[in-house]
Amino acid sequence: MNWVALRMLTGDRAKYLGIIFGVAFAALLMGQQLSIFCGLMRNTTSQIRDIEGADIWVMDQNVQFVDDVKPMSENELLRVRGVEGVSWAVRLYKGIGRARLDDGNFQQMILIGLDDATLVGAPRPDRIVHGELGDLRQPNAVFVDEFGWRYLFGKEPFQPGKTLEMNDKRAVIVGMCKCNPTFQTFPILYCTYSQAVQFLPQERKTLTFILAKGNDDLPKEQVCKAIEDQTGLRAQTNDQFFWTTIQYYMQRTGIPINFGITVMLGFVVGCAIAGQTFYLFTLENLKQWGALKAMGVSNLRLVGMILLQAVIVALIGYGLGIGGAALFGFVFQRAMTSTPPAFYFGWQILVGTAAAVVVISLAASLLSMRRVLFLEAGVVFR
Amino acid sequence: MTATVSAPPMAAIQFRGLSKFFGTAETKVTALDNIELALPYGEMVLLVGPSGCGKTTLISIAAGLLNPSEGEVVVLGQNLTKMGANRKVRFRGENIGFVFQQYNLLPALSAVENACVPLLIAGWNRAKAIAKAAEILTAVGLGNRLKAFPSQLSGGQQQRVAIARALVHEPRLLVCDEPTAALDAASGRTVMQLIKQVAVQPDRAVVVVTHDSRVYDFGDKIVSMADGRVVEVLGKGQRPHE
Repeated sequence: MNWVALRMLTGDRAKYLGIIFGVAFAALLMGQQLSIFCGLMRNTTSQIRDIEGADIWVMDQNVQFVDDVKPMSENELLRVRGVEGVSWAVRLYKGIGRARLDDGNFQQMILIGLDDATLVGAPRPDRIVHGELGDLRQPNAVFVDEFGWRYLFGKEPFQPGKTLEMNDKRAVIVGMCKCNPTFQTFPILYCTYSQAVQFLPQERKTLTFILAKGNDDLPKEQVCKAIEDQTGLRAQTNDQFFWTTIQYYMQRTGIPINFGITVMLGFVVGCAIAGQTFYLFTLENLKQWGALKAMGVSNLRLVGMILLQAVIVALIGYGLGIGGAALFGFVFQRAMTSTPPAFYFGWQILVGTAAAVVVISLAASLLSMRRVLFLEAGVVFR
Repeated sequence: MTATVSAPPMAAIQFRGLSKFFGTAETKVTALDNIELALPYGEMVLLVGPSGCGKTTLISIAAGLLNPSEGEVVVLGQNLTKMGANRKVRFRGENIGFVFQQYNLLPALSAVENACVPLLIAGWNRAKAIAKAAEILTAVGLGNRLKAFPSQLSGGQQQRVAIARALVHEPRLLVCDEPTAALDAASGRTVMQLIKQVAVQPDRAVVVVTHDSRVYDFGDKIVSMADGRVVEVLGKGQRPHE
């Protein structure tokens, strides 16, 4: 009888395609919008993911997210180093600087100042595209990220020695590295800490973060707690700081609501199109369902047939929709060469969209099922 | 008036004091009123009467599609009144064939696929079911239209597919509801001849609900109904009073 159910479904091409279109459209809209939303949220944490080598971020107690810079006194570094369980701790500068370009224009830059001696927080060797990390110790040297280079110099191939002017100081680009796309989309410059403070207007305090490593035999969370207890600063593991930043954007910006509305819209439109078409499809076939019932098809089997139709529609619609969303992301990422893309197509999105499609298909089939189950088989004689 | 017919020793269908009401209190309508009737095997019985007289309600109860309000119905030796819903569904699938006024063929299935549906319901393998359906379609004269879809067939041809579908699983009771109503006179006669020729067997009962006085000649017995009651039961060649 499954075969009969499938033939009934595909027999009316227009309705069959209509239902699939409804589900596919919903899956596309939800998948695509969720991917952009997750991409944007991930971009807010790109520096947390890019700055590697340490387990723990230590910051002012009032810092709410990674771009919320509240400088600390240099003494704090020594205090953190003195906490039991801390293996080592180094300084990190992270802030926004203003560079003057060759054409006289100004451009804001994300400036990351690494500990002069260790360069902890620098990109991994496999992410260095040009130059050597040690070159950062040369006077006025900076590394620029790939997107930043394209943003500043267009399609011009990388050339070491290009210069920028920051705070009346010359910055010489000596290397290029890959970085995760950032939320602000500004170019990223890596340099030593001592160099970074020269690229900025003079401030009394410049230490924005302390990167620390806990002893291997201690849980990181325990070391964070010890740092907080002894210094009054805020200490978080990479994961904790990642989620603190995400939560800030979720709670304090309109981004989730705006994207949430679009995702909901996709869900509702999908429900409406798929549900209504599926329901009409069942309604038009009500006599046929009644005939099957009269001929001895049990309610359980009818439910099975309708569910099978819903599953087929859901699978095809989901495949097309999510495939469309993936294609969008693929094209989007290739088309946007100078702007970091905000598109994260993780397994969570596949699962979340699949769950929504299941709900849409179930809702559509439940409506239809109700009509068929409560249908009197005697309707065939009317 | 209630007409009582003495039951032959081997009645295929027996209605005993059968009544059916729809609605309650002021809206209560009596569709069937204390029917006592026995229908034999091996004959084509025509149920005739004006619209709303209860013919369709009576065959719906006989086919296990409706429950009576009062009385009993025994079909092929089984008391349907005491049968559970699931068992009734199985009973219908195994023992009853239906021919509907509007054919009720599945538009997405070809003639042979439509005709094999009862066998699929019974759990037959699809290839075998299609082979058996092709045989019976050939028997009803549609051997050359096996792969045609309902939309490609005339009304008479569609009704022949419906008859093939009704008989493919060799049911012991065939219930036909106005099988000629949607057909012209010639097609109607062809369909009735076909039912008579293919369906009427010594071990099978055939009940045909009809308005169509042109087909009365095909009935071995005519049960005339009015206002939910059996008015008269006539033998072959007799005609009910109009």
